[in-house]
Amino acid sequence: MKKQYFINANILDPHNSINEVGGLIISEDGKIEAIGKKVNTNNLPTREKPIDLKGKYIFPGLVDMRVFVGEPGYEYKENFRTLSNAALSGGVTSVVTMPNTDPVIDNVSIVDFLRRRGRDKSKINIFPCASLTKNIEGTNMTEFGLLQGKGIIAFTDGVKTIQNPRLMSRIMNSAKDIGCLIMQHAEDYELAKNGMINSGIIATKLGLSGIPEIAERILIERDLTLLEKVKCRYHISQISSQKSLEVIKYRKEMVKFTSGVSINNLSLNENDIGDFKTFLKLSPPLRREEDRIALVQGLKDNLIDVIVSDHKPEDEESKRLTFSQAATGASGIETLLSLSLELYHNESLKLETIIRALTCNPAKILKINKGNLSIGNDADFCIVDIEKPWIVKKEKLISKSKNTSIEDKRLQGKVTNTFVKGKELFKL
Amino acid sequence: MAIKTDKAIKISQKHLLGIQDLSINDVNLILDEAHTFIKVNQSKNKKIDVLRGKTQINLFFEPSTRTQSSFELAGKRLGADVMSMNISNSAIKKGETLIDTAMTLNAMHPDIIVVRHQDSGACNLLSQKVNCAVLNAGDGRREHPTQALLDALTIINRKKKIEGLKIAICGDILHSRVARSNIYLLNMLGAEVNIIAPTNLMPKEIEKFGVNVFTDMKKGLKDCDIVMMLRLQNERMTSSFLSSNREYYEYYGLTPDKLEFAKSDALIMHPGPMNRGIEIDTILADDINKSVIKEQVELGVAVRMACLKMFCV
Repeated sequence: MKKQYFINANILDPHNSINEVGGLIISEDGKIEAIGKKVNTNNLPTREKPIDLKGKYIFPGLVDMRVFVGEPGYEYKENFRTLSNAALSGGVTSVVTMPNTDPVIDNVSIVDFLRRRGRDKSKINIFPCASLTKNIEGTNMTEFGLLQGKGIIAFTDGVKTIQNPRLMSRIMNSAKDIGCLIMQHAEDYELAKNGMINSGIIATKLGLSGIPEIAERILIERDLTLLEKVKCRYHISQISSQKSLEVIKYRKEMVKFTSGVSINNLSLNENDIGDFKTFLKLSPPLRREEDRIALVQGLKDNLIDVIVSDHKPEDEESKRLTFSQAATGASGIETLLSLSLELYHNESLKLETIIRALTCNPAKILKINKGNLSIGNDADFCIVDIEKPWIVKKEKLISKSKNTSIEDKRLQGKVTNTFVKGKELFKL
Repeated sequence: MAIKTDKAIKISQKHLLGIQDLSINDVNLILDEAHTFIKVNQSKNKKIDVLRGKTQINLFFEPSTRTQSSFELAGKRLGADVMSMNISNSAIKKGETLIDTAMTLNAMHPDIIVVRHQDSGACNLLSQKVNCAVLNAGDGRREHPTQALLDALTIINRKKKIEGLKIAICGDILHSRVARSNIYLLNMLGAEVNIIAPTNLMPKEIEKFGVNVFTDMKKGLKDCDIVMMLRLQNERMTSSFLSSNREYYEYYGLTPDKLEFAKSDALIMHPGPMNRGIEIDTILADDINKSVIKEQVELGVAVRMACLKMFCV
């Protein structure tokens, strides 16, 4: 690979506190050689023609902590190849994949398969999760130690929740012993039973059973209480309500944990469901506008660490059903950054806060050396025209499944190029 | 009689999916039309030819006796060719989706499809996929517009107006599409609506619909002109909502002593089928001076004739 030179970009790397106009040099082996304002035409060799990125931004490649890939079992929804193409178009260079596949990622041999497929078919960095319990049944623990040894980055039951408090406390003990990260999808099943959308006036109007916010809060309360005794690496996958944030704020002073939020919950509210739009059947559900505003504030106040896409590809047949029959989840990895930038353009959040929650914060929680532009690291980054207007069109999506939650939405800001290990793998 | 307006003579909607979508003008058009059909239904020759040559398909995914027969009779009296299909759950489990069923039927060129489905919003989905008009005969717990319209017609028939009346809706509001449609319609027509139910059977934030909420039946019935009882929908209850039927009867069953709190000329209504001795005292249910339950069924045919005519032609 030839050395590459970029100049005049707005470089934003929260990990290294870089927020300046400058350049970037990528070495022959795809590493970051130099970065920042000191890289400019004055100190580049004259024979090289640098790429002028005037007006554009360079961000570290995004780290998406919650992504569903259909391999194995649901390849018709998404495979590693289609996932990585979709991710690259959205500036995402590292993903944490959920274990909700068929078969479930719950034993060492399936991890071998997964890593092989990920390596052969994917162009981005794949960090697979294994399940907390065998077959995601919520009864018996998986082999955290052996699985971690095989390269499992974290443990979660994905769309499922550990309901049994005794099991949860034992999981925490094991996680502490082994030092692995566990991630919980916080929802009490009994309180959320049959629920499809946020409990409240919209649910009453549409005649759908509701999921009360308390179903989330009560589980977070329980887990954080358990965490007081066992200090393991614990992460709440997604928070959806104002009340959950109050609990988090209160507990932050006592125990150490981290939490995430889906871009859907940051950008949309329950009113967007309109006339039974099944693409907006999500878990956790979209809640009130007050909740959405509180979540944005939670990012500002560092109560929430991470923004995730909660990318859950579902084929047409799983969504062209009545609301109660339709599958849960929305495809979103390729619009994650653009939709997040909406929060910058409407002055809800600082650009740095957004990029931090999409790059170095998840990397720190996962303990991976990604999501930064440190010298000597893999050159995983994206070039973004943050002003460029565009409209989300279902048929233009790259992901195999087209179930976007923001069809026809006008967005501002688009990734123009994405690099992984110094190689340009996406160009608009 | 409903208020006459000379603004529009056509319904603003293509489908009858819910009362929510109707304007007051639409409602008055339907009620006026229905009124004319009451006499037709009481006469010797009940057949008129307005829907001659039209095809009506009744698509019932959920068991129903009165609504289905009412729609069937209404269609036949208007001269339409009526086909009733009962699609049990097992047929859906064979793999055909609602949309596929809709497409199949659509290919047969019906003029109107009447749908009942256990899922809220099923009619909305179906209406997007077919070319003909869709009439909602009850979807999940969302809406049952023709029931609300026939209730309104019954009230108007007896009380000559709805505006200014105080109407109590009592019972299993949570699972009731009848309650929701009635709340929309009665509010629109200017009634004051009291909702009475135990908290476990009260939908969230129902007060935002512009109704008065009561858990004490006696307070809720105070000075009411109409007492609308709802059926306890045990088949929709998946977990413990109530301790027992006898306790429910004690607190929320309509009994003569509770009815005392309503106006002396208050009318009793019930969409049927009734659980006698659970939500309503059996003698009250049959009291011809107070109960208009049979009249509701009678006028139901008239209302459905009006709906079929207005949405079909």
